[in-house]
Amino acid sequence: MSYLQTLEDQSIYIFREAFANFKNMAMPWSMGKDSNTLIWLAKKAFAGKIPFPLVHIDTTYEFPEMLAFREWARKYYEIDLMVIVNEEARKRGVGYETHDPVTVTHELKSVALQQALAKYKWDALVTGIRRDEDSTRAKERYFSPRTADNEWEYRDQPPEFWGQFTTAVKPGEHVRVQPLLDWTELDVWEYVRREGIPVPKMYFAQNGRRYRSLGCWPITKSVESRVDTIEGIVQELQSTKTAERAGRAQDHHERNAMQKLRAKGFL
Amino acid sequence: MSGIVMPPTPKPVPPRYEPAFFPKRMGGAAAGAGGEPRTRIVVVGHVDHGKSTLIGRLLADTDSLPEGKLAAVEKACREEGMPLEYAFLLDALLEEQAQNITIDTTRIEFRHHGRAFQIIDAPGHREFIKNMVTGAAAADEAILLIDAKEGLREQTRRHGLLLSLLGVGRVIVAVNKMDLVGWQETRFRELEREIREYLGGLKIPPREVIPISAREGSQVNNRDTKNLGWFRGPTLLEALLAGAPGGTQGGHAEGPLRFVVQDVYRFDERRVIAGRIESGTLRPGDSLFFFPDRKSSRIKTIEAWGEPEGVGALGPGRAAAITLEEQIFVERGHVGSHEEQPPVESREVRARIFWLDSEPLRLQSPVQLRLATQTVEARLVAIDRVVDAEKLEQKTGAREEVGRFEVAEVRIRCRRPLVYDAHDRVESLGRFALQQGPRLGGGGIILTAEYPARLAKAVTGEHLTWTEGRVSRESRAAHFGHEGAVIWLTGLSGSGKSTLAVALESLLFRRGIASMILDGDNLRHGLCADLGFSLEDRAENIRRAGEVAKLMAESGLVVISSLISPLRKERQSVRGACHAAGVNFSEVFVSAPLTECEKRDPRGLYRKARAGEIKGFTGIDSPYEEPERPDLVLRTDREKVEASVEQLLQHVLGLVGLKEEDRPSAEGPGGQI
Repeated sequence: MSYLQTLEDQSIYIFREAFANFKNMAMPWSMGKDSNTLIWLAKKAFAGKIPFPLVHIDTTYEFPEMLAFREWARKYYEIDLMVIVNEEARKRGVGYETHDPVTVTHELKSVALQQALAKYKWDALVTGIRRDEDSTRAKERYFSPRTADNEWEYRDQPPEFWGQFTTAVKPGEHVRVQPLLDWTELDVWEYVRREGIPVPKMYFAQNGRRYRSLGCWPITKSVESRVDTIEGIVQELQSTKTAERAGRAQDHHERNAMQKLRAKGFL
Repeated sequence: MSGIVMPPTPKPVPPRYEPAFFPKRMGGAAAGAGGEPRTRIVVVGHVDHGKSTLIGRLLADTDSLPEGKLAAVEKACREEGMPLEYAFLLDALLEEQAQNITIDTTRIEFRHHGRAFQIIDAPGHREFIKNMVTGAAAADEAILLIDAKEGLREQTRRHGLLLSLLGVGRVIVAVNKMDLVGWQETRFRELEREIREYLGGLKIPPREVIPISAREGSQVNNRDTKNLGWFRGPTLLEALLAGAPGGTQGGHAEGPLRFVVQDVYRFDERRVIAGRIESGTLRPGDSLFFFPDRKSSRIKTIEAWGEPEGVGALGPGRAAAITLEEQIFVERGHVGSHEEQPPVESREVRARIFWLDSEPLRLQSPVQLRLATQTVEARLVAIDRVVDAEKLEQKTGAREEVGRFEVAEVRIRCRRPLVYDAHDRVESLGRFALQQGPRLGGGGIILTAEYPARLAKAVTGEHLTWTEGRVSRESRAAHFGHEGAVIWLTGLSGSGKSTLAVALESLLFRRGIASMILDGDNLRHGLCADLGFSLEDRAENIRRAGEVAKLMAESGLVVISSLISPLRKERQSVRGACHAAGVNFSEVFVSAPLTECEKRDPRGLYRKARAGEIKGFTGIDSPYEEPERPDLVLRTDREKVEASVEQLLQHVLGLVGLKEEDRPSAEGPGGQI
């Protein structure tokens, strides 16, 4: 059996274990390649019907092309998609025009998610994080508990082995379910190619530039590239030395930025 | 000030903008569609035996460090006037990656000769075992490090023991710091012999035992002909390359089919049974038997969303979603099997377990047992031996609990039937996790399984009738983890009924079997207070006792009746009543000659009867009819009380559906009572 097949089967197993063990789960969905891979895997796991809502945390700084993709995907996949905005923070004037990217990301993503968690009382959230993205993510579990304050107790994580996961949650707590943890960026693209998964056009070069990772438009930089096919992306990745999230300003704003964001509930 | 120069707001997309790019589907069968496997390696061993140095060396020698990192550490070491410390490379890398959270398992990638490897690193602090278990359970291969000077230490052995339990089949031993023992071959051979013997005893013989010096770079990537010229084997990296690429582990495609049900979906008109194939091969049109109910149906469809070519046979590790032709009851936890080579279905499990929780696992205290997708409430009913990691021998003394980081051979009883295999037959159906609190507390592998001889033929109508008849009994038994029964002790006054009843009750209780003595004299204080000692009244006394015992047994208790019950006819009618209600009944003749009983005369009743103070006393002036075909005879005049109690206990355990195996286990001394 091929390695990608192993990854696919493992992710499907994780999806189904989560749905069987949690009463009220949801899947944050950002429209990027990992998010689209997750949708694809969920469709396979649940025989074509995704039995829980998808949640888009809309920072109000989304690329118009991505919003167009969101509305397209909603129909194409027949998904139950919720759109969440931290209106309170926007009213206070939190935005990239006036605040640093770590603050804005925290307020418009993590806090927005926290507000939604409090409102909808989800006990599990499916995330598309991967170990290879960032070294704090390398230490993650497939089922990773979060406290009622939405914090990650990375110093004392539960053991996890033989496909047995942490499924007990107290009221107010939730578990992050991470089906793509063992995948790499290259695996995701190779899988997109294998399966023919639709992805946003922004990943492909226009006028000599493309996006490798997609976030809020004020803080997401495109890279120089002429690549306009998946084959091209795969080849580019095999030779690059630049980190995937290098174009995402909030990760690099200060030392430990990513760790601080993640300990406070960032995906 | 944000420090950000705001780029211009993106323009709205035109109304007919097509946002999605549809890649051409390559399909799984195309060349290059497989993805690149990574061999996952866990490095274990006693603290300070050189883990970090070895990982630093592997990264440096395979040119896997970020640019400039090696030069920077070289420079820093030179300035300190010390030789290059390879452990600093790892520390520096981790520091750069994650600053202050290096205390859990992390993953470090390196490439060598076109192969991708991933080191699962779990730094050695006191929580190490928990993380080592998490890391090692995911590994394809383990490198066990031994300090050539210090030799095998406690953690060397403990980690070896855990590797054997976690199913890390491939182990390479690296005898490190050979430079500190003057590169002596004799020292290496001594340690090699010792570790081969130890790991061989655990049935995980090492693939290679290699002398290295991670600090000097000897025999890791480069052969050291100067110092280790006497060694003919491979370098560590050569040995890693020689292993099969990992990441695709699973059961055997030719093995018995085990389709583990994760869930049943009814999102539309379909009823989709979703699960994973742990072993064997599932093919369209197969007939499946679902355990523990043993209902069977043929597969109607294999669901194939996103698979334009459809789905054919599915092998081990594959996710599967099927619909069935017949609407049989199937739920999460069930295991689908072919008619041939079915799994075992039992409430009793013999296993070797490891325990991680600070709270010990105590005899008889409830614990969740999680095996594949089954979760059942269980209890430890016996601790046969606690394995000493040092000598792999039994620790002395009876144990009431399994403590943190201990490994033990135990017997576990579940409240309802568990579907499983022996670990050496189907790995993933032969291992389980144990959980007392919100997180996993330990795990274990199943040492033996009693496979039914004739289950394959059980598809007939007769079998189904028998299965249906068993359901209500099982649901009752599920409540207690054993079946109810009436143990009817009969015999003369003074033959030893009460003594045996009391001993049996407490032994059963210790094993978590709910039991209760029904004493003839006690009944006469209440339920039978209106009865005297005429033959009629004595018969009514027995009838009432029998009815009460039956009701109690129906509720799931093991009732130990201790009445003289002198007449065959009366005992026979109690047996009949029990059998009619589907209750286990066993007549136990507690046998001692009248002379012996009269000599014992524990309550002075024979003396009174002889003196004429008691009329109609059994054996004196009232008959006792010995059982013609008792289920068990205990000769209390010939054998010691302990021997009678033991016989009785085994008899009862057999009756209530539990096996008390007193034979020695494969590796060591036998169990305790």
